[in-house]
Amino acid sequence: MSKVYATAAEAIADVEDGAVIMFGGFGSAGSPTNLILALAEKGTKNITAISNNIGLGDRLDVLCQNKQIRKFIGSFPIRATSQRPDLLYQAYLAGEVEIEVVPQGTMAERIRAGGAGIGGFYTPTGVGTRVAEGKEERILDGVRHLLEFPLKADFAFVKAYRADTVGNLVYRMSTRNFNPIMATAARITIVDVEEIVEPGELDPEAIATPGIYVNRIVKGPKHDLHGFE
Amino acid sequence: MTSMGLSRELMAVRVARELQDGMVVNLGIGIPTLVSDFIPAGVTVTFQAENGILGYGATTANEDEIDWDLINAGGQPVTLLPGASFFHSADSFCMIRGAHVDLTVLGALQVSEKGDLANWMVPARGIGSIGGAMDLAVGARRVIIAMEHTTKTGEPRIVKACSYPLTAVGAVDFIVTNLAAIQVTPAGLVLKELAYGVSPEYVQSLTEPVLISAPDLREMDL
Repeated sequence: MSKVYATAAEAIADVEDGAVIMFGGFGSAGSPTNLILALAEKGTKNITAISNNIGLGDRLDVLCQNKQIRKFIGSFPIRATSQRPDLLYQAYLAGEVEIEVVPQGTMAERIRAGGAGIGGFYTPTGVGTRVAEGKEERILDGVRHLLEFPLKADFAFVKAYRADTVGNLVYRMSTRNFNPIMATAARITIVDVEEIVEPGELDPEAIATPGIYVNRIVKGPKHDLHGFE
Repeated sequence: MTSMGLSRELMAVRVARELQDGMVVNLGIGIPTLVSDFIPAGVTVTFQAENGILGYGATTANEDEIDWDLINAGGQPVTLLPGASFFHSADSFCMIRGAHVDLTVLGALQVSEKGDLANWMVPARGIGSIGGAMDLAVGARRVIIAMEHTTKTGEPRIVKACSYPLTAVGAVDFIVTNLAAIQVTPAGLVLKELAYGVSPEYVQSLTEPVLISAPDLREMDL
């Protein structure tokens, strides 16, 4: 069964209303823009979006604009200053979306745990802050820790540089970020890549995501996005 | 507001004096980002960016050099130094939370006399962005805060207890402001250095908790 899809629209065709979706990327780097734009086109509603950021150089703001997101889980949901319209923040103030703010390292580890079959873990991050509210606290080796639970998703939308047809992925520079861990933590992982090659053409030593985690691959154009702009 | 004290750049110069040869350093957004421009001669440090880079170089505005696949955690295009490596976010926070990062420099809204840090949320906005700050504050071996001594309206940012939502409890080791350098100790806040032309009384008047004067209190050497 081939993992290669002809279009982003076909690759995401079964993403139904209410889906929990992880989106890779940090700012614009490593954001699966072709899949995001296809999702905007498809019009899937009531999405729970898990992403480091939104509208911070990436195009997830389009999903906000279309009111497709019901809940956002991430470390950087709103900008520090409002120099430009912050669509998620406006939707939050209007009561249209729920936001869960997660420390970035806790978010990464929750996703890692979700992919690795770990039921939960204790971290010192967030102790004594609002993040600790409602969470079990435990002193381990003399240090206060919080119990955190895994994050999993129905779909992971991942951006890679190159893929082979069996789903092995290579990333480019700082585009790696959340992509490899999100690829492990979803029922179906869909990858937006710049180039697809035959098995054997990628250096096995350089593969950052082994194909076992990848269900669908679609080649798409690279977008001219600039960091956090 | 007074124009007395250090510019943002001079605050970065003072923070950079804390860099020691061989350190791995993570810089926050704002004044901390400027620290990389003022590394003392003879000191080599490795910068870690939580989005997955160890060993990035200068930020670049040179169109020929810019590659938007290579940005630091502030979203700026950067260059790479020999020996650099890339990794994913869970590995990045293994470095940070696992105390493999020697030093982080962060901005702040408030710091308490016990070293509590508040830097992620202005209460009036109702929500904020944590980013990597909570993990960095808890995990880095040393935490330096670089911030203006007061708010724009002249209210102290160094307070007895933070009124803004906390980032971490008892995490801050050292504070550099436009007026002073202050060490957080179990006994309280120790005033170590003063910016040129600034008196201890003036710093105290803009600081909520009582400052302990260091025996060797001196003018900041920049």
